[in-house]
Amino acid sequence: MMAMNIEYALPEVFLACAAMALLMLGVFRGNRSVRLVMGLSVASLVIAGVWILVSAQQGAAFGGLFITDGFSRYMKVLVLIGASLTMIMSVRFIERENMARFEFPILLLFATLGMLMMVSANDLLSLYMGLELQSLSLYVVAAFRRDSLRSSEAGLKYFVLGALSSGMLLYGCSLVYGFAGSTSFDDLGRIMAAELLAKGSISVGLLVGLVFVAAGLAFKVSAVPFHMWTPDVYEGAPTPVTAFFATAPKVAALALFVRVLTDPFHDLMAQWQQIIIFISIASMILGSLAAISQRNIKRLMAYSSIGHVGYALVGLAAGTEEGVRGVAVYLAIYIFMNVGTFACILCMRQREKMFEGIDDLKGLSKTNPLVALALAIFMFSMAGIPPLAGFFGKFFVFMAAIDAGLYTLAIIGVLTSVIGAFYYLRIVKLMYFDEPSESFDRPIGREMGAILFGTSLVVVLFILILSPVVDSAGAAASSLFTG
Amino acid sequence: MIIQSLAFYLFAAIAVASGVMVISARNPVHSVLFLILTFFNAAGLFVLMGAEFLAMILVVVYVGAVAVLFLFVVMMLDINFVELRQGFLQYLPIGGLIGLILLVELLLVGGAWVAAPQVSGEMSVPIPPPAQVHNTEALGQVLYTQYFYLFQAAGLVLLVAMIGAIVLTLRQREGVRKQKISEQVSRKRSEAIEIKNVPTGSGV
Repeated sequence: MMAMNIEYALPEVFLACAAMALLMLGVFRGNRSVRLVMGLSVASLVIAGVWILVSAQQGAAFGGLFITDGFSRYMKVLVLIGASLTMIMSVRFIERENMARFEFPILLLFATLGMLMMVSANDLLSLYMGLELQSLSLYVVAAFRRDSLRSSEAGLKYFVLGALSSGMLLYGCSLVYGFAGSTSFDDLGRIMAAELLAKGSISVGLLVGLVFVAAGLAFKVSAVPFHMWTPDVYEGAPTPVTAFFATAPKVAALALFVRVLTDPFHDLMAQWQQIIIFISIASMILGSLAAISQRNIKRLMAYSSIGHVGYALVGLAAGTEEGVRGVAVYLAIYIFMNVGTFACILCMRQREKMFEGIDDLKGLSKTNPLVALALAIFMFSMAGIPPLAGFFGKFFVFMAAIDAGLYTLAIIGVLTSVIGAFYYLRIVKLMYFDEPSESFDRPIGREMGAILFGTSLVVVLFILILSPVVDSAGAAASSLFTG
Repeated sequence: MIIQSLAFYLFAAIAVASGVMVISARNPVHSVLFLILTFFNAAGLFVLMGAEFLAMILVVVYVGAVAVLFLFVVMMLDINFVELRQGFLQYLPIGGLIGLILLVELLLVGGAWVAAPQVSGEMSVPIPPPAQVHNTEALGQVLYTQYFYLFQAAGLVLLVAMIGAIVLTLRQREGVRKQKISEQVSRKRSEAIEIKNVPTGSGV
């Protein structure tokens, strides 16, 4: 009889039970209880986050299908921060835009649960189940405003392409299983190491499987050339949903990507490194060039997130412990920058209507100086200007790449971040040097103000918390490499 | 042995032929019926392989639920399938080419198929000898123990699918008269009947 060890998965079990209990609450009390369900959902996310933070247990649960280690704890805390902040930001929006239905927070809770399961996956099967739970909830929230044509289109497009990528992933998993005889990450790592030792090469089937798995995961993190869905889905989905898409699922999918490549496929690094280098370079270039011509700020953020995924993958391409530490630091910074930027986008309302054009930001510094200041901080940070947080994220991944001898990759990364600075700084220019058109609605709301203040504080004063973040990221990375 | 291989070829041939008919039949209802025939033959193939549980699941779930639901959908939707299929010949060459490339790749991969020597030792769930345990029992032994986590996760995925379907399709429409039995029963005579005194020779 195998060991259940359910205590390692208690935060997830709690979140699942909380989601189901809140679902019952919503069903019996109807849509009057949206605020209550929303508040309790955020509370349960916070409880799960604190639980993960304080419990120092490490080990495998459910017979090795689920693993809790330093890496998974670090990534889970990031996912929960992103999910709870974006959920708080969406409260006002869904009430104003006629989307106030209690299923919204419930679906976001299930999506977050799926992400935690992805981050903790220690088997190809649990990887797939977590991924599906997350994606299925996200397809529905993308189409949540079902009377809007664009929202429905976004949901449908996301669903069709997501199903295609899940198919690729499953095909890859089946090939890996067929050639290695196991789906467990521990066994896969052992089998591949033994085969490499015995024959000096790896069978073609395993390689093809690896390529398909990598392609499926690249789709989920929206890396080029699997990025086509991102701009349309980001633009069409309701804005708080876009904010959610851009933060928590990205972190979870990247964490999964890192774990799959460095844990079971660690010995095939020579093979997957080429793939990662290619998609990283392609994402960085496309992210910086295609964003230049965008007029819609949500589309711009979509291309920006593609670029950021490219930068994060630079650290993975290095394939070292230092590289993974870089990815972890990058993701922590990315979460705060993106939450803050989307909080600014959610403030773009004139006379009770949402605006999404970049030109609507003209002269924001005169009409709404505090929001303009916050957005300027986030834009400078995303462009990677020191001493703001974004600089350190890029610094750590590029340093890891240079230490691993990937000079071309690092140089291309620096060049594309210079190109990318153009469109970030153009927003700052529009806000500070152009004539205002019309003021945005005020007040923006207490919770929005708090989030804007908090995230911009983190971004500006990141240098003060640099060493604890880097230390915990380093601990997370080392748990992946020694364990 | 001969009977077994005869049965295999019979099931396989019918499965492939009805599979072709699914995509080439003019009438969509016939397509679905051919699909059901394909499922039955695939179930027969499973029985031949000794996987009787999968065979029965295929018949119960796919034929009994999915295909019948499909049939309803096809009958209720007014889709002109002839129009949908107009571009078929136009895309045949490129589609065929891609299919051919995939086939060649699959053969190359399959040709190199050698299970790693450690497989039998590493297998997480060893296959019990069929003489001792029949395969429904073997599946049951691992589904709720070894794969308990995945079973629960699959349950959550289905719950999300159900919530999603309700969120995206259920509409509360105004002005729909629904039967409320409690109201009907608790109605008093005074609410339902009005007595008018009508004098002879004049209307109400």
